Formats: sequence, C-alpha cells, structure tokens
Amino acid sequence: MKDLVKIRDLTVRFYTYEGVVHAIDDLDLDIRQGETLGIVGETGSGKSMTALAILRLIPYPGKIESGSIVFCDKDSGAETELLKLREDRMRAIRGNKISMVFQEPGAALNPVYTIGDQISEVFLLHRRQELGYRARERVGNLLSNGNGLAAGLKRPFWHWQSRLYNKIAEEPHAFEPRLLSHIPLFRRLLWRLRDEANLLTINMLKDVEIPDAARVAAHYPHELSGGMKQRAVIAMALACSPELLIADEPTTSLDVTIQAQMLELFRRIKADKGASVLFITHNLGVASEVCDRVGVMYAGRLCEVCTIEELFLHPLHPYTKALLDAVPMPGKELHTIPGALADALNPPPGCRFHPRCPSATPLCQQERPKLKAVAKDHMVACYLY
Amino acid sequence: MRRPVGAVKAVDGVSLAIKRGQWLGLVGESGCGKTTLAKTVVRLLRPTSGHIYFDVPDETKALIEDLESQGKNNSKLTYLLKENDLGTFSGDRVRLFHRRAQLVHQDPFTSLDPRMKIKNTVAEPLKIHRVLSGHAVETAIEELLGRVGLTAGQSERYPHQFSGGQRQRIAIARALATKPEFIAFDEPTSALDVSVQAQILNLLKDLKKEFGLTYLYITHELLIAESVCDYIAVMYLGKVVEMGRPEEIFHAPRHPYAQSLVAATPVPDPKRRVGRIVLPGEVPSPSNPPPGCTFHPRCSRASKECHELEPPLEPVGGDHYVACFHPL
Repeated sequence: MKDLVKIRDLTVRFYTYEGVVHAIDDLDLDIRQGETLGIVGETGSGKSMTALAILRLIPYPGKIESGSIVFCDKDSGAETELLKLREDRMRAIRGNKISMVFQEPGAALNPVYTIGDQISEVFLLHRRQELGYRARERVGNLLSNGNGLAAGLKRPFWHWQSRLYNKIAEEPHAFEPRLLSHIPLFRRLLWRLRDEANLLTINMLKDVEIPDAARVAAHYPHELSGGMKQRAVIAMALACSPELLIADEPTTSLDVTIQAQMLELFRRIKADKGASVLFITHNLGVASEVCDRVGVMYAGRLCEVCTIEELFLHPLHPYTKALLDAVPMPGKELHTIPGALADALNPPPGCRFHPRCPSATPLCQQERPKLKAVAKDHMVACYLY
Repeated sequence: MRRPVGAVKAVDGVSLAIKRGQWLGLVGESGCGKTTLAKTVVRLLRPTSGHIYFDVPDETKALIEDLESQGKNNSKLTYLLKENDLGTFSGDRVRLFHRRAQLVHQDPFTSLDPRMKIKNTVAEPLKIHRVLSGHAVETAIEELLGRVGLTAGQSERYPHQFSGGQRQRIAIARALATKPEFIAFDEPTSALDVSVQAQILNLLKDLKKEFGLTYLYITHELLIAESVCDYIAVMYLGKVVEMGRPEEIFHAPRHPYAQSLVAATPVPDPKRRVGRIVLPGEVPSPSNPPPGCTFHPRCSRASKECHELEPPLEPVGGDHYVACFHPL
C-alpha cells in the first residue's frame, strides 16, 4: 500500500512561561492509503498534537520546530510538503483533502448557526465549482422550458444569472461573483449556490444515518443529542470526501451504545469512501475495534507501531506491555505502572520511559532508542530488540 | 455473615440491596439516574417517596412493610420510619449518617476546593463531624494521606499542584477521614488515564480489604465493573433492569438491554471482535419516558405487552434478577 502522509522528524514545542514543553519529539509516522491508523497513549503523550500538526493548527504558544509532513494526493499523485505550504493553499486542504472530527461535538459546532448552514459552508468554500455547475444546469433547464419565473428569477436578471453560474463553474473564485456577492441587490443571484449546497448537505446527513435529515439540517446544535451532534460533525468532515479523516477521540464523550453506533459508522465510511482514517484514542478497546495499525505514544514519542493483532498478541515495548496490563479485564490482576508520566518540561534523557521501565539499562538513560523494524509491519523503539 | 446495610427503594418500586462488605457496581448510560441514585443513597438528595435503610435489622424492615401493607397510618409506623428510614432524616441525623457513609465525586478537578490546602480539605470532615481535634487531626491527616499514597510533605499544597490521579487520591482520603462503613463512588476514574485508573482501582481494593468497607461503584465502563465488582445492577432510564453477579451479567445476560450493552462494549482484544449488536436510536428523555417497559422502543423483542405494562424485577435463579417479559 502506498503512503498517504509521511511524517518525518516532526518536533513540536510549546514556549510557555514555565519553560519549553517538548510536546512532540522527532516523530516518524506513515499513514497508508485506505487504512485506519490508531494512535493510542495517555493524556499529554502528544496524540492530539500530532493530529493538529498535520493540519498545521498547533495553538499558540506551540510551534512546529522542524520536520516534514508530506501529503501524497491519491488522485493526482502529487506530493505536497504541508509544512512549507502557503497559508491560503493550506486552507484549501483543510476540510477538503484532510478533515478532522473533534472530541467534543458540542464544542465543535457553532451554537448560533443551524447544522445545515454549518455543513453548507464546507461546500460553499471547497466545492464552489461543483455548485456552479449544478446551479447552471438547473437554471438552464428552467430557462429552456421557459420557466424562468418558476425558478424564482426576476426577468432582467435571468441571463446575468446564468452567465454568473457559467463564470463560477469555470473559475470558482473569479472576481466578478465575489464582487457581486458584496452588493445587496445582486447578492441574491448567488443564493441558488446556497440552495444547491443545502441539497448536498441533506444528502450528506442521510449518509451518516441521520433520520429525517431535512428537518435536522434546520436545527441548531443545542436541539440535538450528543450522538446526533457527533454524526453532524462527521458529516461535515466527510462533506468533501477527504482523503484523510482525522478523528480525535470521537467517541470519548458518548455513551457505550452510541459509541458502538459511531464505530460502526466509521467502519462503513472507510469501506465506502476508501478514505484513510487517523484515529486518536486512549481506549484500547475502541482501538481494537476499528484500527488496522496502531502507534503507541509516550511523552511525545512513538514507542511502537504495529498491526492491531500484533499489539495485543506480541507487544514488545515495555510501555505497551504495561499499558495493556493496566486495562481492567475480568479475571486478570490489575497491574500499575510505577511512577508518574514523564514531565514534559524536563523530560528524562535517553529513552523517556526509562525511569518507569523494569528492564532499563544504563544505555537507556543516555541515548534515545530509534524506531526500528523488528518484523514486517512491526516497529519498536527500544534497546531490548 | 451477610447483612444488608443499605437498601434503596426507587420510585418505580425497584429495590436494591447492598450487603455489608459488598462491592456493588451500578452500570448504565448517561442520564439513566446512576448519579442521582448514589446521591440519594448517601442522602445528599431527599427521595420523593420510598425508603432508604442503612444498617437496619431485617425484623424492623419486615415490621414496617407489614404495617404499610395494612394501610394504616398509625403512630407506630410513623415512629419506625422516623427512626429507621434515611429518607425522613434531617439535620443532625443526616450529619451523623454522613459520618458512616461518604461519596467520592466523578471529577477530581471540581470536587476539591481550589483555595484550600489539601490538609484542610482532608481535615474538614473531621472538624464538621467533631471526630478529632488539635494535634490528633494533624496525625490523622498524615496517616490518611500516607494510606492513599501521598506524602505528608504534600499536605501544604493546593489542588492545582496535583495531577488528576493524585487529586482523586485526596478525594478518597477525605472520604475516608471519618472512618465510614460505606462509600459511594461516582465514576471515580472516568477522568483518569488507564494506568492511573489501575492505580486507583487497586487502592480501592486494598482499602476495602483493610477497613472492611462496603462500596457502591458507579461506572459506565463495563470492563471495570466486570473486573472489580461482586454484584452488578444495570440501569436504564431510572430503573434497574437487571441485577446479578458479574459472570451472570456478562456471560449470560437475560435483559435485551444488558445484552446489547455488553455486546457494545469495546474489548481490547481483536479476537473478541465478533457478535456486536448495535442498538438503534438513543436513550429517550427521562422527563418523558415511554409507557410500559421504558426500553421497548429500542428493543427487538418488544411485544404488545411491553408497550402497556411495566415488567417487574423478578428473580430468575439465585441472585439474578431481570425486569423483562421476554428474557433471553
């Protein structure tokens, strides 16, 4: 399988008053086409920061220090270095080629716009050309039937309007439509674009199994339940059929039965659309349900990357083993990891896990172990292997 | 020797008994009334109707039931309820009860006063209940903090200087301060990481053994309930739909809701990836529950009977109870 995203030597630091926080340290990770890659780890291990770094959305005072993130477009095969991209080009990728589902659906939605408006926005931003085509076709049909009035058009504007849609269809960000949208009298010429976007939105909502989609589209976020809101957020993320969908703990705030519905939805989306999913979670049970491969993160570094079966059957890194032992399972003694999570301000030298590791050697205290392949599809960063 | 120390009679006629020394797990989705139940048990809320008994002999309870069934509102019944039913307690009686029963809240980030040093936080119950005074308080705090895995040197610090796991330890130390017999935990590990969660659960196990405590443990994670609890009650929309020992609930659930809840739980084992039942729809609003069995709109086995009548909680063998007309 070909790689969709290649992350190399990614380093993210936060310059806070207390000191420099090493959020991500020399991270190497590949996301392949059509796979679900899980990132598991505890709070503060840098899972979410990895996701935000791919979209270049690291909040202040964080900074991407070095490294490269290469995005290989599946259709055109073009390789783009995301970290060197101009901001407006990056904006064309966000929500279009790469989109994200956040943990808290209530916080991800704007409370003062309807669900429909918020999803339409994605189409109006990234799919203007398609909307132009659709609008032109519809108006063209109505005009050729002599049904201009039925189309809700005022006579003197008919031909202007069809010319305008032509323009948008050919050149989505042309100057004239943009100018006209600022003049109140002519703004209504563009309303049809919004109507077309609304139709696409309702289709999208049906796609994520929202019953009565047309009614839900007119609702405000507070009128929906948590599961519904998360479905709407997923619909928004999927609106432009992204090649990479980043899901940052999408089921953490949901109930078990709703979580099961969501995981089922994610599996279906992957099968239908062939998108890659970067699935961030702290719940190993959820990871085992949806992921093909997993990366285990500890204190800003990857300790192990392997297939999901390998993770549970043959975990290699001592941290992975300890993490699996800490999961409550019936009939099993609960093991704890001694010590506390590494301090991100003053991380221990060498391997960051060595103060808590039962098999640490003097070498572990001095030098950082590199991620190396020990078997097919199994990489581990530990001197034991 | 097993003696019930507390019993809750829910509004809809469902009773729940927690035996002394038991670790009862209460599982269910958000909005099903788990937290309300726990708060009522420790009398932070007053029940609208029904009785809560804490360490009341069986004979007294039988007598009360007997008198009630006669339907006479006589002075003896009133007296007995006033003496024994926690639901009627107020003022000092509640305070005395709180010395024996404590609650640990869900979120350790909001349950501790940010402007109080933790030694004062832990000492507060001792002062309110006038258990100890003077230097004895200091030594007691040291002992308590040591018992939950914190050092005495940390007692001068404020909550924000601690991590989530440590804060939950402080909350547990505070609950232990009055040497209670019963502690209710309201999702104590839901805000914590897996490894910290394991530490807290092990701590709870040790404390229970050491002090002979009785636990009511609320959680939405079935794996935790299965691995630590002795007895489990599954709630749906304010009602207990199934009660039983963990192996009964998890390997032979009888209520369709319990079955789908067990099946929906993600298990960290790719080999157990089979047999998922995805429930349609969502939990209805508790303010307007469906008539009859509250689960019937989502249930695949629902019949006409379920739409109209409310199934009672009935024993199906041993300690296993199910509220369903068509159990599996």
